[in-house]
Amino acid sequence: MVNNIKARLVRDVFFKSAICLFAFISLLPLFLILYYITKNGIAVINWDFLTSLPRPIGETGGGVFNAIVGTLILIVLSSVLSIPCGIAAGIYLAENKTGRLSNSIRLSVIVLQGTPSIVIGIIAYLWIVGPLKSFSALSGGIALAIMMLPVIVKTTEETLKLVPYHLKEASLALGVPYYRTLLKVVLPSGMSGILTGILLSVARITGETAPLLFTAFGNQFMNINIFKPIDSLPYRIFYYAMSPYPEWHSFAWGASFVLVVLTLSLNLIARGISAKWKIQF
Amino acid sequence: MTRTFSQVFSLTLVFLFIMIGFTGHLPAADMELLGAGATFPQPLYSKMFDAYNQQYKIKVNYQGIGSGGGINQLIKKTVDFAGTDAFMTEKELQSAGAPVLHIPTCLGAVVLAYNLPGSPRLNFTPETIAGIFMGTITKWNDPQIASANPGIALPNLTMSPVHRADGSGTTFIFTEYLAKANNAWKEKMGVGKSVNWPAGSIGQKGNPGIAGYVKQTPGAIGYVELLYAIQNKMAYGNVKNKAGKFIEPSLRSVSAAANVKIPDDTNVSLTNTDAAAGYPISGFTWLIFFKEQNYGGKTKERAATLAKLLMWSVGNGQRHVEPLQYAPLSKEAAAKSVKIIGSMTYNGAPLLK
Amino acid sequence: MIRQSKKLTRHIDRSERAFTFILTLSGGFIVLLLLGVLGTLFINAIPAIREFGVFFFIARTWNAASETFGALPFLVGTLATSFLALLISIPFSIAISLLLGEYYKNGVVSGFLRSAVEVLAGIPSVIYGLWGLFLLMPGVRFIEMQIGVAPQGVGILTSSLILAIMIIPFSASIGREVITLVPGDLKEAAYSLGATRFEVIRNIVIPYARSGIIAGILLALGRAIGETMAVTMLIGNSNFLPTSIFSPANTMASVIANEFAEATGVTSASLIYVALVLFFVTIIVNIAGAYVIQKLSIESSREVT
Repeated sequence: MVNNIKARLVRDVFFKSAICLFAFISLLPLFLILYYITKNGIAVINWDFLTSLPRPIGETGGGVFNAIVGTLILIVLSSVLSIPCGIAAGIYLAENKTGRLSNSIRLSVIVLQGTPSIVIGIIAYLWIVGPLKSFSALSGGIALAIMMLPVIVKTTEETLKLVPYHLKEASLALGVPYYRTLLKVVLPSGMSGILTGILLSVARITGETAPLLFTAFGNQFMNINIFKPIDSLPYRIFYYAMSPYPEWHSFAWGASFVLVVLTLSLNLIARGISAKWKIQF
Repeated sequence: MTRTFSQVFSLTLVFLFIMIGFTGHLPAADMELLGAGATFPQPLYSKMFDAYNQQYKIKVNYQGIGSGGGINQLIKKTVDFAGTDAFMTEKELQSAGAPVLHIPTCLGAVVLAYNLPGSPRLNFTPETIAGIFMGTITKWNDPQIASANPGIALPNLTMSPVHRADGSGTTFIFTEYLAKANNAWKEKMGVGKSVNWPAGSIGQKGNPGIAGYVKQTPGAIGYVELLYAIQNKMAYGNVKNKAGKFIEPSLRSVSAAANVKIPDDTNVSLTNTDAAAGYPISGFTWLIFFKEQNYGGKTKERAATLAKLLMWSVGNGQRHVEPLQYAPLSKEAAAKSVKIIGSMTYNGAPLLK
Repeated sequence: MIRQSKKLTRHIDRSERAFTFILTLSGGFIVLLLLGVLGTLFINAIPAIREFGVFFFIARTWNAASETFGALPFLVGTLATSFLALLISIPFSIAISLLLGEYYKNGVVSGFLRSAVEVLAGIPSVIYGLWGLFLLMPGVRFIEMQIGVAPQGVGILTSSLILAIMIIPFSASIGREVITLVPGDLKEAAYSLGATRFEVIRNIVIPYARSGIIAGILLALGRAIGETMAVTMLIGNSNFLPTSIFSPANTMASVIANEFAEATGVTSASLIYVALVLFFVTIIVNIAGAYVIQKLSIESSREVT
């Protein structure tokens, strides 16, 4: 019996250490990735790298300025296209909990969220690039907007559901029209959650490459015209990573560093917002 | 509408207007041309177009997506011009719906680049190349390779052949050569921008992709343009030509292979050359574009900009060719190209005087 | 005064209607968007569907030169990489979820681990690919040299490893949530009977949280199936049925990324057909996962009340 207990306790300890070991091992890649990005990335990052354009191979210098600007333009474009519609659809879902349309919207959101990014790239190519006869930042922005949309709808819906009903009732009882109640009472009290959702969705699309392959296309020059091909950080990283040149490999790491800093800070801000302005009633 | 809502709305509109505003006046201020296609001449094009931008303030955006991709995007009219190392096929010309013109910009060699300890310079016969890429030769110390390379100790290393995953003019030149020089290849593999590679062969995107992979992988062998091998300090092999000599790929041996009569449409194949000093896997690379430039709402100014760029690339632009180890166009080829560019039209009227 | 208020009411009515209209329109737009995606894929795939039909899935030749297309190699490539990735990731993700949901619910360790997992989830896939090219590939090549297969470094195993790393955060975070949902009184009852923690985990926590863990795994699978960039960079792009876990292969996503730009006619239609299939596979996996989670939240809310 004593032996049995001992065996059980040993097994318990053994299990816990196994769990800890596995968890530790799974963190290893993370540290390696962050270590590599920081070590190789910081080595090439300087003012020149951030503010000059790519040079042809064989020439020294050059940077990723156009890619940074391109990524920012793509973020703005996709946000402008997806946020209004996403929030509106989210309000609709929160206000109409049941019903045929609500159910179809919910299903669509689940499906769209799971749609592989490369499929969305194809769609944007067929919808925008083909008819407009040009690769463009716009088509890339639309592809990314399609990816942002489900995240925004979902977080908006979930946040608004948390807003207590009595807030709404109090407003309605004062004779405030329904739509004003939604816009002035419900929406503001859920703003932090919605903002978090938006930031998270932006963080998600900032690093996407696959939808941009056939849409934004890449551009070694600076471009701010949304009807022209545009560069982006993830595309530049891909391009440099697949090249045989060590200089370009280090550029890929440098661009990765910039990209990771960008996405992680978006994530951090999002977390800060949701922690600081949690809905409290 | 309430204020918040209209605020969001107007902000959105303002953003859109800013974007469109940028768009509205930019094209006139700095014209930008878009090209895509072959990766074979990509280092040259990025150098040339960079110089062109510095001189004329015209941006030419060239993306290396492979010759197949270039041709397809030109046919779909999403690019102003495309780059290809394979002359367009009858079928492709037909599906373009309108006449497409080719002008050569330079010549290059497709070399066998490999990763072996000590980086020996090896000799390859057509039979061994075909064997390697058909999957019948699997070890580096295979007697077929050894017999062509007396005195070189070959390691007992598994061979990893690498082919192009995208449709590629480099593949076309390579397979066209093998089909001419080796019957087994001709029957089994054929010629094309993409062929049915044997199982177990690795695919990589673009010349850079193959070069990058070979550089990293011991025992790997792939086919890339000469410059990629030189720039990356990779070992590359001599190839036995029709005259039975093992020829080192170089500017000179490519030019020797190019010493042929150029037809008016510049459609000429240089592979498996008869020239005794010629490297047998060489080829032209072309820029392709529509003859009639008024399509898809293209302005005459834009069309003229393209024509000027093309003129420059077979004229003054040729000075960038040799420093990058490509072979420049002969006088004859350049003259024919000028004539072809001269035949470009806008609404039926010649584009250039 | 009365007239004024009537005017106001009418004004409010109008705004009210406009507002509801905009909401409904936006919601409807999302449904239309999905239908549009489906319809576009279907219409553009028709030439290939007509040509190859269902045999598309069992034909094993993909040859652009002769225009014969069969998607079996890519189907197998996708399933092989994602399931292998799942197999590799399961022990790790369950370990993390147990550690966070059971052993260290709060405190420094859990805070650190949780942020680490979140960071891991936030790294873009192209960076995973970059890292895989320069660290994972040499590693796999080293293993291949030891066991005497062609040291190619790319292939199913390499892609599965990178996918496993990428999906751990997903299944781990869902796993953590369901494990924290396990009612405390159940666990305490077991403890009071003298069970060790391991026994509680094995007999109470895991059975209770099983469906949630499965849902997490399903969602992770959905992500692995659709993942494009990292896989394209590491799989070796061979259009043949893989013969071992070291062989180069292609997944549905990677073949599209490689060949779509140059595809014309039937080739293009076949690639879009592949995209359609990929779309459906991920839909099924994702809906299954969402369904399990929804059922779970209904169950847990029932228990609270």
